[in-house]
Amino acid sequence: MEATRSAATSDEWSFEAPPFGARGPVSEQLLAAFRRPAADADETLAGLPVALADAIAATDDIARDDDLQLSLLLLHGLHYGSVVDADEEWEWHPSTVAARVAIERAFEHELRERVGSVAVPSADAEAVAAALFKLTKPTPGPSVARFVAKQATDEQAREYVVLRSVYTLKEADAQTWSIPRLSGRAKAALVEIQADEYGGGRPERMHSAIFARTMRELGLDDRYGAYLDAVPAITIASFNMMSMFGLNRRLRGASAGHYAAYEMTSSLPNRMLGDGFRRLGYGEEVTDYFDEHVEADAVHEQIAGRDLAGGLAEHEPSLVPDIMFGAVASMMIDGWAAERTLDAWTAGRSALREAVDLGRSAQLEEVS
Amino acid sequence: MHASEIVACVDGPLLVRGDFELVSSTGEPVERTRRTVALCRCGASAIKPFCDGTHKLVGFRTEPPREPDAVEGSQ
Repeated sequence: MEATRSAATSDEWSFEAPPFGARGPVSEQLLAAFRRPAADADETLAGLPVALADAIAATDDIARDDDLQLSLLLLHGLHYGSVVDADEEWEWHPSTVAARVAIERAFEHELRERVGSVAVPSADAEAVAAALFKLTKPTPGPSVARFVAKQATDEQAREYVVLRSVYTLKEADAQTWSIPRLSGRAKAALVEIQADEYGGGRPERMHSAIFARTMRELGLDDRYGAYLDAVPAITIASFNMMSMFGLNRRLRGASAGHYAAYEMTSSLPNRMLGDGFRRLGYGEEVTDYFDEHVEADAVHEQIAGRDLAGGLAEHEPSLVPDIMFGAVASMMIDGWAAERTLDAWTAGRSALREAVDLGRSAQLEEVS
Repeated sequence: MHASEIVACVDGPLLVRGDFELVSSTGEPVERTRRTVALCRCGASAIKPFCDGTHKLVGFRTEPPREPDAVEGSQ
């Protein structure tokens, strides 16, 4: 994603087209504008506020709205980098910030409505941790992890990795946004978790890097967005929600609650996922990512529940409802995405939005 | 300030952080890949001495059951 940024005039600017396409008028206009310098915004983003307001008014389910979720990913991507090659001036351009906030507000409103009223514990760290562990208690019955463990085909296992890549190639980054927005015990807890997520000083042990290696070992393209066209809106929405929680200081409670719930629902499923890939004949190079998370997240869930979410609750009791909102929203949106995947697989369909050839790894071809 | 800290997590593992050495009962070093570790105390982990979250499946309790003191509230 190298762009020519030395040129003085807009004619000479050149930004690469991303490896994915638009999904409607808003994302189409954004993608076209990002091929040009931000200085041309008056021309390239003319009419965007109206188009955006129309799209937001027209959608009956923003969490599953392809155009709006892709647009939000593009706009958050300006902050993250390596989502779309674009003029870096776009990141804080008033027009892109306004668009981002407009979609976020509508998305948050929908999430709060769907979550509804939640049980709120007292602002005590142990009470908050207990409430979060209760909320995330493992349940029997069908799950994506159990499906992968017991019966997924090689193709379905690859689909799982592709779907997971939207978040996991940037694993932990969404939560890092909230570090300076916390203080004291909650901040120390988040930094302790993140240091581990980022490999404890070893770049090759960064969780995002371990996942990228899993993708490469499977013969998949580990560049961000390489399979984005195949990823349904609800999966993008799950990542967008984390980014939104992290990027808005106002939502730091939701970010902490989300992260705690996310970590609490990770160890046991990751063991099943690792078992599934072993069942399919893959070795440690592929399963390392999942196996690492069995041990890591058994640590993280304790810190996230007591010290991050619990510590924040004691320091800012008014945030307890938002901590629980974030946790419930995490379970809800990932539940929707999982349901979509399981429905497709049990019906013998692809869980991807559009068919993509995910190939087979050389390793398996050798043995078959 | 102690050099290390052990947190006895309610209904969960022992969280160990700080400066410490983890060894087996014969004194052999146990390979550790992270600074802070969670040690199994329910006995059901498949990656002992580390915790893998299985305590949640076996109903492990460290003290009398504590119901979260939740009250119904609205957002």
